[in-house]
Amino acid sequence: MPNRKPCAALAILAVGAALGALPGAAPSWAQVRTDLVVGMALEPPHLDPTAGAAAAIKEVTYANLYEPLTRIDAEGNVVPGLARSWTVSDDGLTYRFTLRPGVRFHDGTACDSADVKFSLDRARAADSVNAQKAYFAPIASVETPDPATVVVTLSRPDGLFLFHMASGDAAIVAPESAAANKQKPVGTGPFKFERWVAGDRVVLVRNPDYDGPKPALERVSFRFISDPAAQVAALKAGDVDAFTLFSTYEALPEFRNDPKFTVTVGTTEGETILSTNNARKPFDDVRVRRAMAHAIDRPTLIEGVLYGNGVAIGSHFPPHRAGYVDLTGMYPYDPKKARALLAEAGYPDGFETTLRLPPPPYARRGGELIAAMLAEVGIRARTEPMEWAAWLEKVFKGKDYDLTMIAHTEPLDIDVYGRADYYFNYGNDRFKAVEEELNRSQDPARRNALYGEQQRILAEDAVNGFLFMLPSITVQNAKLAGMWVNRPIQANDVTGVSWK
Amino acid sequence: MTVRRLPLSLRLGLVLVALLLGVALLSLVWTPFPADKVRVVARLRPPGAGHWLGTDHFGRDVLSMIMVGARNSLSIAAAAVGLGLLFGVPLGLAAAALGRWGDEILARLGDLVFAFPAVLSAILLTAVLGAGAVNVVLALGLFNAAVLARVTRGAALAVWRREFVRAALALGRGPLSVTRVHVLPNVAGVVVVQATVLFAVAIVNEAALSYLGLGIQPPSPSWGKMLGDAQTHLFNAPLQAVFPGAAIALSVLGLTLLGDGLRDWLDPRQRGESGLL
Amino acid sequence: MLAFLLRRLLTLLLTAWLATVAVFAVLEAVPGDPALVMLGVNAQPDTLAALRAQMGLDRPLAERYLRWTGGLLRGDLGVSLTYARPVADLVAERLVVTLPLALLSLALSTAAAIPLGLLAAARRGRGGDWAVLGFTQLGVAMPSFWIAILLILLFSVTLGWFPAGGFPGWEAGAGPALKALLLPAVALAVPEAAILARVTRTAILDTLGEDHVRTARAKGVGRTAVLLRHALPNALLPVATVLGLQLSFLVAGAVVVENVFTLPGLGRLLYQAIGQRDLIVVQGVVVLLAVFVVVVNALVDIACAAVDPRPRAEG
Repeated sequence: MPNRKPCAALAILAVGAALGALPGAAPSWAQVRTDLVVGMALEPPHLDPTAGAAAAIKEVTYANLYEPLTRIDAEGNVVPGLARSWTVSDDGLTYRFTLRPGVRFHDGTACDSADVKFSLDRARAADSVNAQKAYFAPIASVETPDPATVVVTLSRPDGLFLFHMASGDAAIVAPESAAANKQKPVGTGPFKFERWVAGDRVVLVRNPDYDGPKPALERVSFRFISDPAAQVAALKAGDVDAFTLFSTYEALPEFRNDPKFTVTVGTTEGETILSTNNARKPFDDVRVRRAMAHAIDRPTLIEGVLYGNGVAIGSHFPPHRAGYVDLTGMYPYDPKKARALLAEAGYPDGFETTLRLPPPPYARRGGELIAAMLAEVGIRARTEPMEWAAWLEKVFKGKDYDLTMIAHTEPLDIDVYGRADYYFNYGNDRFKAVEEELNRSQDPARRNALYGEQQRILAEDAVNGFLFMLPSITVQNAKLAGMWVNRPIQANDVTGVSWK
Repeated sequence: MTVRRLPLSLRLGLVLVALLLGVALLSLVWTPFPADKVRVVARLRPPGAGHWLGTDHFGRDVLSMIMVGARNSLSIAAAAVGLGLLFGVPLGLAAAALGRWGDEILARLGDLVFAFPAVLSAILLTAVLGAGAVNVVLALGLFNAAVLARVTRGAALAVWRREFVRAALALGRGPLSVTRVHVLPNVAGVVVVQATVLFAVAIVNEAALSYLGLGIQPPSPSWGKMLGDAQTHLFNAPLQAVFPGAAIALSVLGLTLLGDGLRDWLDPRQRGESGLL
Repeated sequence: MLAFLLRRLLTLLLTAWLATVAVFAVLEAVPGDPALVMLGVNAQPDTLAALRAQMGLDRPLAERYLRWTGGLLRGDLGVSLTYARPVADLVAERLVVTLPLALLSLALSTAAAIPLGLLAAARRGRGGDWAVLGFTQLGVAMPSFWIAILLILLFSVTLGWFPAGGFPGWEAGAGPALKALLLPAVALAVPEAAILARVTRTAILDTLGEDHVRTARAKGVGRTAVLLRHALPNALLPVATVLGLQLSFLVAGAVVVENVFTLPGLGRLLYQAIGQRDLIVVQGVVVLLAVFVVVVNALVDIACAAVDPRPRAEG
């Protein structure tokens, strides 16, 4: 049977070509492409989003291959996923999800409330290897009164529960196939897995049995190209139709001037910061941290690293979210003032320090530039590139560092500044008090005011060097419609993409 | 005609190496611009009057970076070869002097080092020790020590078999004394030639490691890292990928010519048989 | 001869074993936890512990080494920590890129080097000889990753004839696959060709001085015929020896060149596995490479000994 399909497609194409040749015929529908090649910088290690933190896993599978109970749409809203609807009890403790009827996994088995229970219980089990196990910690029990209903009871209210259940880590999987999902992913999404050419691409094809609206695309390939020159060449040659999270910023002017391409610049949740070890001398002195804030020329940094495609921040909060307060003017670029502050703190001649840099290009490039800026005020920072594994172990987990540069990509993650054991080694009782009120508060206006308060505290303490938001840049064929512009969650959701 | 005419390769090599050394020394006192001076607004300028070789992606002067890069490249290679000489030559001499068991153990250790291509073991070692100039020197020095130990051993064994050594042994000289008085002077030529070649290899390997981001760290410029940075700008600043590579190629050319020439000069019988590695 | 072969085999096994110990020890010392790499910045201690147990990393060092070598002896290279697939499969998948790449560059370099060597020997001391010698000096001096970048600059960026990187897979057809391999193969072949051309030249000049060649020449056999029929065949043995020794340099070069061209070969697998702290993959690949190099060196030794018994007597 699969062998017959190309013949049928060919026949249709022939008819289409014949129609297209008729004088006055409308642009032939048969010419509209139904395949898409999306370029990505990194290859996922495997394809099970419930057992790994690598963003690339979700960038291939989220919404395309797997579906969680709820989903995040292109604007960042929580919308129905596998659950058609839900109700929340007044005390915020009981969530009652109603599933879409007749959902089937790609292997043909039915997907019902038992699979949901299995997936949630698996993620919060003692031997769970879910990278976001904390998302599931509030769950007290999962019940399945009937195949279409799931009742989740929480042990404490969690304002972000539906948001968390929309993440790729909460994808619903089947007990029959979960163990093999790393290599042969089986989900309920509108696309199903076809093949993985290691080192090159993952291919998904349209799921003919999908119960919801069918995507316009029949076949989607995700190609992995890490080399900047090869990325540009692949776009120009038409080998890839769209490149998401494009970070070869220096090539953007060329694509912008070429009518064959569209370049979109959207937002991500990635606050990029110069993380500072607040417990280590001399960074335990707020004057030193403020001096560094004055020493960093953010516009130049954004120009040098992102070729101008980024927005400066003055605290740990994305400008596109409600509750944002603009604090970018608090520490204007002023090397003289920086030197004065350093002298006041007892370092008139500056000091030596180390800047440990993880692998992403924005960190390696940005770190080099920041080291040069700090040198202007007498802070001699030795850059030390680290592999991801070593960075995680030493800097993030071991807190063995002076300075480092990294983008914090979790949405709404300002709360990490309240964690006692976080790698910033920062503690401020006022911040924690606000955090506690935030956890109790449900009123959106009040919550936004509290977020503003937190941003101000962090900026005053100059906890870290607050630099810029990572942009979400997509370079795509101008005839492509429906690609996400913003990146509210790690995903390349192509279910709504079509060719014009 | 008591002085032998220097071979052409030796003369060419000397000129190139002298040029390299000169540039490196000059960079100590003068470069057109400070090599680490960042000016983002002046980035990716093509070669021209102000910046003879243009500027890089942060607006740094490429000529100045190449000049300081020469210094860095030479010092790392010199340290790596020095380390190799320091450990390799005594080990090689010892192996030749000790005979059977000592020789066997050293040979197996050598096999072990050679089982891993040099760049590969350097990548592994920098993963353990961390990136940076010192660790690159250690990783390359290990490889150089193994090569020099093997070469020294081979040459020393040949000396040990010669008549005057047997005579010295018969006269009651100990192996240490024989090694010092007879063996060492006779293997020196071979060792010097091999060290020259290893110097060239070290320059290439350092560049490869820096290209992968494991070598010399900014703000210190490195030819390999310059190439790595240039690769992302092939579309809008292609010449940036040409200059640092040419610097590497010219240095290696000078050193291999020097090595070849030295070999020819020291041992005219071998003329034309100059193997390269 | 038999004693020599046995001795050689024994040292070969000893070296291979030492290599496994060295690799295991080095990787133990590398900072970084593969479980942490998998689970990222929000991983909780209990999740990390669970994953470490799943990966078998909670077992004592000696047990892990013994288990791994035990598997190795049975031909089992273990299962990758990140890809959750048998290392043997991963290696096989990557070998179909690296092996053709190495063979292609070997073929290219031999095809270029032997005629160049012949030419240089035939025109010894004249323009052709100097041109070849100049090329060989330059070819050795240019690092292969720089050649790779220049090739990308010329043939991909400027002319657009070849892809700048990536590999479409063999199922895309031999044409596109070979097209993707050609530039990297050339980059690897240039330094090889330079070395081989010099060796060929020297070897031919040596044989030209030997008695049977002189006799042939005296009998009135033409210059070209002497070169091709008498000198060349005799010169092939040293050429083949060097070719064998160059294989290990080819392996090292492939690690860097595959990274320049982002080819999904063995070198890139290894480089990424080091980054991900996928110890099982690193151990497997490195030991395979080491054994390969050791075996090739041993074969070269044995071949040399078979032809010329002198080194054996000396050693």
